[in-house]
Amino acid sequence: MLKAVGAVFAAIITILLVVAPASQATTPSPTPSPTTTVFQNSISGFLRDDERKPIADVTITATSGDFTGTAKSAANGAWTIGVPTQGTYEVELDESTLPEGIKLAEGQENPRSVTFSQTSNLSVIFAFGKGIVIEEQNFAQNLLNRLVAGLSFGLLLALASVGLSLIFGTTGLTNFAHGEMVTLGAVVMFGLSAMNLPFWLAGLLALIFGGLAGYVQDAGLWKPLRGRGTGLVPMMIVSIGLALAVRYVIQFNFGGATQQLPFAQSPEIQLGPVSISPNNLWSLIISAVVIAVIGIVLLKTRLGKATRAVADNPALAAASGIDVDGVIRIVWVAGGMLAALGGILWAYYRPGVTFDMGSQILLLIFAGVTLGGLGTVFGALVGSIIVGIFVELTTVFGLAADLKYVGALFIMIIVLLFRPQGILGRRERVG
Amino acid sequence: MDFGFIFSSALSELFTPTTAAYALAALGLAVHFGYSGLLNFGQAGFMAVGAYGFAISTLTFGVPFFVGLLIAVICSALFALLLGIPTLRLRADYLAIVTIAAAEIVRYIVTTNQLDAVTGSADGLGAFEGGFYAMNPFPEGSYMGMNNRDFFIRVVAWALVIVCCLVVWLLMRSPWGRVLKGIREDENAVRSLGKNVYAYKMQALVIGGVLGAFAGMVFTLPRGAVQPANYGTELTFFLWTCLLLGGMSTVLGPVVGAMIFWVVLSLTQGILYGLIESGAVTWLTTVQAGQLRYILVGIALMLLMIFRPQGVFGNKKELAFA
Repeated sequence: MLKAVGAVFAAIITILLVVAPASQATTPSPTPSPTTTVFQNSISGFLRDDERKPIADVTITATSGDFTGTAKSAANGAWTIGVPTQGTYEVELDESTLPEGIKLAEGQENPRSVTFSQTSNLSVIFAFGKGIVIEEQNFAQNLLNRLVAGLSFGLLLALASVGLSLIFGTTGLTNFAHGEMVTLGAVVMFGLSAMNLPFWLAGLLALIFGGLAGYVQDAGLWKPLRGRGTGLVPMMIVSIGLALAVRYVIQFNFGGATQQLPFAQSPEIQLGPVSISPNNLWSLIISAVVIAVIGIVLLKTRLGKATRAVADNPALAAASGIDVDGVIRIVWVAGGMLAALGGILWAYYRPGVTFDMGSQILLLIFAGVTLGGLGTVFGALVGSIIVGIFVELTTVFGLAADLKYVGALFIMIIVLLFRPQGILGRRERVG
Repeated sequence: MDFGFIFSSALSELFTPTTAAYALAALGLAVHFGYSGLLNFGQAGFMAVGAYGFAISTLTFGVPFFVGLLIAVICSALFALLLGIPTLRLRADYLAIVTIAAAEIVRYIVTTNQLDAVTGSADGLGAFEGGFYAMNPFPEGSYMGMNNRDFFIRVVAWALVIVCCLVVWLLMRSPWGRVLKGIREDENAVRSLGKNVYAYKMQALVIGGVLGAFAGMVFTLPRGAVQPANYGTELTFFLWTCLLLGGMSTVLGPVVGAMIFWVVLSLTQGILYGLIESGAVTWLTTVQAGQLRYILVGIALMLLMIFRPQGVFGNKKELAFA
């Protein structure tokens, strides 16, 4: 026991020391993908006329204090201005550079002042044509777009929360370090891409690393603690300590800046009535497929049956010949891989990789798991999708963007008030 | 490396108002967790409610100091009631998740631009401490190397810590406190004796929350500013580290825990910076040294929980968990 825990700390320290010099070498050149902007933050948008044709060669300026950035819209109408810091900028479209016959729509402020915080990119929309009323055009469209984006977000949350829920179900542990497992996936992927590994290989290795992290955690920390008969509450507090340690180990090596994974910037495409970025679309497809596979494994295979048996009653499962520790080990590895995948997709969704990206969504993951019912895998899926869609939809219905997580957390508390066992939970799990 | 300076600056952390604030908030956690077994992971939220309740009532409504104080206390008590109603009947881990979520909701609400006029959004609020310093009885001058303002806030902060410790000590040795400990040990046994467990838990939650609100005020007054970024989940976790360091079901444990926490943080910072400046350590930047300290906090929290869950002073028989 002592030995094993000692080994974990030794491992943490070793990783710290081994990786630190490497990161020193890599951090000075943090841009893995050849982007044209020097700055981390950007203001961008697309110029399209009222028939949705792109407008090229229009000059746009952003100013703030003594900083001035200019951009010309490209052939596809896209423009991007890199800006040094987040904050408030005055964005002006030079109307004299507009082509013949195209004017800004009525009510379009120009110049206008825009503010951004918490994201590294801000899109500014200029509408053109004769008297387009933006709100009417947008509401249904916007609702649909946000719904699809919310589904994509919810499914990536589900990847993490299914893992969390499986771990909770089989060991009873509320793992506060799960957010760091999410971060780890994205950070490892970024590190490997920065070493010029091909995109697919970096992703694959990041997933394997995530699984490995789950394995090491269980073998070095949680299994010895379980063997010692440590209670669930102390284990929860240990997981908080682990979360703090890992979060700052990541910051130690990665720094506080926001970095981008390769192909992070992608213009939105039109898919039927929905406009969605290809990254979001891929994220949606990948997570849906992975979750379907998890569902099939849980329902149809021997391993899945064993997992559900352990979740239901570990002692009985052991008595019927199931290797409980083996199942738990597999659950940790799978949970780690799922969290890593969720982290990579979350890095594309935000977009950006930061050391605290996982802890930012940890509570949303908890909300998804609690909404669905602690310990139920399909509940976690349903709960996460609800949380994801809810987060995206609240902005459509007028809640400020910086309050969008509040709605989801609030809903969680309300649900606990009326149906504490969650949507798919069973009554006896509570209280 | 100037060890004398490093040690003296570490020792000076012992009695800063920030240490007092941590001690008060950790004492609140001791009431919640150590004595009643309530897993409150939202103590940062209580501190934020206290600090903002005081700052907003002073700035927006222009009330005098003691009215502001009263409003802050009432706000935190209401916050505790709001949290307790849905969760106190549920299992411990639900309370943990709901309190941490509620603390984050508070932080998001005081950060949002929508309420900029009232909360100052991400920049926070400032210049609300005038009423407090107006009561300063110490004339200008040097008091043990501090000016009269610093000295005054220290005296008030630590007097408050002592009073609160006394109150908690008296409460916990009263019949009321014995019922509370009984609930921690076996809720059903206490219920079968005809006690209203729910009401007792709610009272404990409110008392600990009010201590958190005091802590929030003590935390902000010397800074003269309240900023939402200070009240993240990490603050709660640091408070838990203080509580577990000292011993969770003791009165003095949280106070000593907070002192140890800050002295050790200051010591490690001093030594690491000294090593970096003297060139003995070249693989660290000063920024990374700051992060290394928090890695150590995390590891310390894990090790404490695994090897000495009762903390420095605690009694192993009095653990809130088996």
